Amino acid sequence: MAGGFVYNAIDQTEVATAEIYGKAIADIMLNDPKVVAITADLAKSTKLGDVLKVCPERVINVGIAEQDMMGVAAGMAKAGIIPFVSGFSAFCSMRACDQLHTDICYQKANVKIVATHSGTSFGQAGSTHHAIADLAITRSLPNLTVICPADGFETANAVNAAYNTEGPFYIRINRGFDLVLYDNMDYGFEVGKAVTINEGTDITVIACGSCVAQAKKAAEFLKNADGLSVRVLNMHTIKPIDKEAILKAVLETRRIITVEDHLTTGGLGSAVSEVVVESGKACAFKMLGHESFAMIGLQEDIMADAGIDANGIIASVREVMKKDFEEDNDWDDEY
Amino acid sequence: MALSKQEWLDLEKKVNDLRHLTLQTTVWAGSGHLGGGMSVLDLLTVLYYKYLNIKVDDPKWEDRDRFILSKGHAAIAYAPVLCDKGFNDPEMLKTFNLSGSKMGMHLDSNKVVGVDASTGSLGHGASIAAGTALAARILGKSYLTYIVTGDGELDEGSNWEAFMTMNHYKLSNCIVFVDRNHNMIDGNTEDVMALEPLADKFVAFGFNTVTVDGNNIKELCDAIDAAIERSKEAQAPTCIIMDTLKGAGLTSVQGDYHTHYMAIDDPTFEKYNAELDAYYAERVARAEKEAE
Repeated sequence: MAGGFVYNAIDQTEVATAEIYGKAIADIMLNDPKVVAITADLAKSTKLGDVLKVCPERVINVGIAEQDMMGVAAGMAKAGIIPFVSGFSAFCSMRACDQLHTDICYQKANVKIVATHSGTSFGQAGSTHHAIADLAITRSLPNLTVICPADGFETANAVNAAYNTEGPFYIRINRGFDLVLYDNMDYGFEVGKAVTINEGTDITVIACGSCVAQAKKAAEFLKNADGLSVRVLNMHTIKPIDKEAILKAVLETRRIITVEDHLTTGGLGSAVSEVVVESGKACAFKMLGHESFAMIGLQEDIMADAGIDANGIIASVREVMKKDFEEDNDWDDEY
Repeated sequence: MALSKQEWLDLEKKVNDLRHLTLQTTVWAGSGHLGGGMSVLDLLTVLYYKYLNIKVDDPKWEDRDRFILSKGHAAIAYAPVLCDKGFNDPEMLKTFNLSGSKMGMHLDSNKVVGVDASTGSLGHGASIAAGTALAARILGKSYLTYIVTGDGELDEGSNWEAFMTMNHYKLSNCIVFVDRNHNMIDGNTEDVMALEPLADKFVAFGFNTVTVDGNNIKELCDAIDAAIERSKEAQAPTCIIMDTLKGAGLTSVQGDYHTHYMAIDDPTFEKYNAELDAYYAERVARAEKEAE
């Protein structure tokens, strides 16, 4: 199979992540007549414009019907097609959850879901259109690989990996212009393997999606302002989670903060905490994310409100660094 | 593919054997969805022994016709068909519903050979069928997709999303059957959630809609022949509403919603077997008469 779409840094600065997805899928579809794009009245919003230009006969629009979209995709996959389903994350994961569970995951249908407008990236649309439970939902479904790319380059890598790997994928991307994290696609992306953005020995910040760039900024600030050595891991694959990278962080830094544009229940933080707790090793631990339905507003304002932007991460790192969790009987600082 | 008299009689014998095997499977399983299994068994027999272009020795053959039992709980009747056809060892039926069996109450396409879709969650089959039918168009294949829903199942709104898709993309290569046995778990469909006028609903959704006696092999075959003829060009899909009896053949209880899920003890097993034999005799007599 073809490796898929490759693009340059100029594309990255000029197009939104979803548009990069559109270009990536268009390139794959040009080279493989068995790939079909399916959407639910969101061909434009999910940036399938490039696909419509190159092979409109393989863009199936089912109207505003996400349940149907998932079922149709499952049927197509059963007939040998590789369907790329695009829709808002909120509706892919919740409205069509039963179809995702039963028609796709249970049956191991080779369906690739690229869920857009994830987290709070559709900020002003409010909680009806925020997807802050989708990682919890999709992470709990057997046979499904769950990826939350950090920028456009990573989205292209995730799309190519999904195309080249048999089985269902859920790729969660944002609505708008993500901060650029990588210089190009060639940084060693591998499904299930965290990428070290910043080496560090004092504390590890494990982030995914739009929070990775925020964590990187926080680490740079803390190095200069506090002299802290902050490790930043881009945990782009939520399932299967990279246990090795987590355990290495536990052993080498003994302090971990997770950060995600998602509820603190069930998402990245939960996935990391499961590994930490099972390890039996002591580790200071804090999960950053939404505690409830998010406020309405621009995504950057929502992220600031939830403490998952660079400032919030900086504050949490300082707080966790104060924790004295070593061999003492003083529990006061733990509460 | 007009139905000859001998073919009709052969199919009557086959469906009678399968009714007995379905009843037996219910006994082995301890209980089962006998009502909806018996009502749809004529269709399963007609499709699997006359129409479906499938290969038992190559169950994943990519050009095969697809069949999707959207009313997945009728597996108690579908599993005997798949075993009798040779897709699975008939001994498996003795394990139906039992712990560790490959055959559960709703068949798993990854465990039972010949099953095109794992169904059971109602309202899913039609979208999957639309997907396989659309795939045939995109891939330039001529296989047909047959899908059967229950009537109570049509309460699920997702079906109607799929029907809109079938009509929008003119998927006449997808043939929809509704097992209109008039009953669901809590009672008559019209008491629980009125479906009528059902045929008008399908017409409004763009379907070429016909209603037949779904427990009459000749009527089923005539309707399927016409639907296959229509499938040769892309146009409005066909819906065949099959007026059936829930528990068809179990004459003392057929038509009663309580047949939806039944446990059978030994005396009842004997009684129902006798009823099935009498029902078969009646059906043969009808076939003999109507075929002339």
